[in-house]
Amino acid sequence: MEAVITVVGKDAVGILAKVCTACAEANVNVEEVTQRILRGTFAMIMLVDMSQATLDFTAFSEKMAQTGQAMGVDVRCTRQELYETMHHI
Amino acid sequence: MLDTNDILETIQMISDENLDVRTVTMGISLLDCADPDGRKACEKIYRKITTCARDLVKTADEISATYGMPIVNKRISVTPIAMLLASAPDADPVWYAQTLDAAAKAVGVNFIGGYSALVHKGFSAGDKRLIESIPQALAQTEYVCSSVNIGSTKTGINMDAVKMMGPVIRQAAELTKDNMCMGAAKLVVFCNAPEDNPFMAGAFHGVGEPDCVIHVGVSGPGAVRAALAKLPKDASLDQVAELIKRTAFKITRMGQLVGNLASQRLGVPFGIVDLSLAPTPAPGDSVANILEEIGLESCGGCGTTATLALLNDAVKKGGVMASNHVGGLSGAFIPVSEDDGMIKAVERGSLSIEKLEAMTAVCSVGIDMVVVPGETSAAVLSALIADEAAIGMVNTKTTAVRVIPAIGKKSGDVLDFGGLLGYAPILDISSFRPDVFVNRGGRIPAPLQALKN
Repeated sequence: MEAVITVVGKDAVGILAKVCTACAEANVNVEEVTQRILRGTFAMIMLVDMSQATLDFTAFSEKMAQTGQAMGVDVRCTRQELYETMHHI
Repeated sequence: MLDTNDILETIQMISDENLDVRTVTMGISLLDCADPDGRKACEKIYRKITTCARDLVKTADEISATYGMPIVNKRISVTPIAMLLASAPDADPVWYAQTLDAAAKAVGVNFIGGYSALVHKGFSAGDKRLIESIPQALAQTEYVCSSVNIGSTKTGINMDAVKMMGPVIRQAAELTKDNMCMGAAKLVVFCNAPEDNPFMAGAFHGVGEPDCVIHVGVSGPGAVRAALAKLPKDASLDQVAELIKRTAFKITRMGQLVGNLASQRLGVPFGIVDLSLAPTPAPGDSVANILEEIGLESCGGCGTTATLALLNDAVKKGGVMASNHVGGLSGAFIPVSEDDGMIKAVERGSLSIEKLEAMTAVCSVGIDMVVVPGETSAAVLSALIADEAAIGMVNTKTTAVRVIPAIGKKSGDVLDFGGLLGYAPILDISSFRPDVFVNRGGRIPAPLQALKN
């Protein structure tokens, strides 16, 4: 199962490292990362593979949100179908 | 790969613009629960609802967590209870309401609709008893919602039923006057009521529906308003309509996804997506604010009906493409107390009950969550219902009245319901007496469907 992790907030040192560490701890494989600065806001999107994850989706999602809170950024984890459905016919 | 901007747009719509799935509603047929013994019927009803909807709340919460989108309400609609009452002439209708309330609490939903009667052409056994019991039923329960269909384009308007509903609304408010007249806020009077409406307080499970079904009601006025705010002020109305369509498409796709997932996981057929812009009292999540964003100084002024017509049509055009089955009310809602922009428009004196009535000719659904002075007579309420029903009947659309006489309060005071129902300043309503008209009773004949002008 693939999921999309989005990180939005103020840029700081080590955001990518900390999010990736949290993924690794749950045995979630990072497949693709894009990041950019939009109007001064840091925005990163990661496509991850959760098929071997040691946590279930809800628990992983909470773990990521907490990781984000500790850094003062908004981290969300969502099944990718949501975006595909909303933006593609 | 997914487009970064698409993803960020979705996140922004959910986190900043109050985009959500407003309701996942399970429709349950109770026709197989009818019994001449009212107590036995209630047992069957309780068992059926708690079996069918056992996993509804849990499943919706799981979908919400996994897909990152809020699902605000989980609800149930059932077969109009008047149909079950018909076979139990000795039963007290209020037992049925208490049973629905208990079942709703047991499965964890926040409203259950279907304490209803369909009397658009006349009363069958059970209908009058149900209507007369509505005030008691709503006062003695917390989650039960009631609706009565008193007219349709094909049958005309049952004025005997309209005459009954004025006093019923007043009694519902009087019996709950210590609780913000909440009884009247849970009672809707319809013309052309849809049988698959997932929204409260007017939801019931029509007789043409399957035994059990999942309907989804989407929302998102905040997202539409935010999208329009980015358009330049001199962009043409073609561009405005186009942008609303695009946004409505995205919102509806989300609803369709939730409906498919809920239907799959619960093993229940998927019914419809209701493409409605349902506002909330949260600032910005308002249909009135959309009209103001299109270019009005304040909702209720001249131009309101035209902008609302454009909005309503564009929402449907965008939504229809995004869903394989559309139904319910599908249109922009204009409930006064639930819409921050409407409340402000009333406070600044730009929105009157007469303008609201005009607006209902071009959108769903009607005079909704409008609070009128406590001394408003039952005949005036009945006549207001007749006016709204006439608009629905002639225009082949659904219209409804959910009006709350604020017992003990007068024009200019405020009634605060709290939560999703919001608060509302009390609107002035004409007190000229329509009593002779209302007391005539009988039926207003169905309108001609040709020679339309």
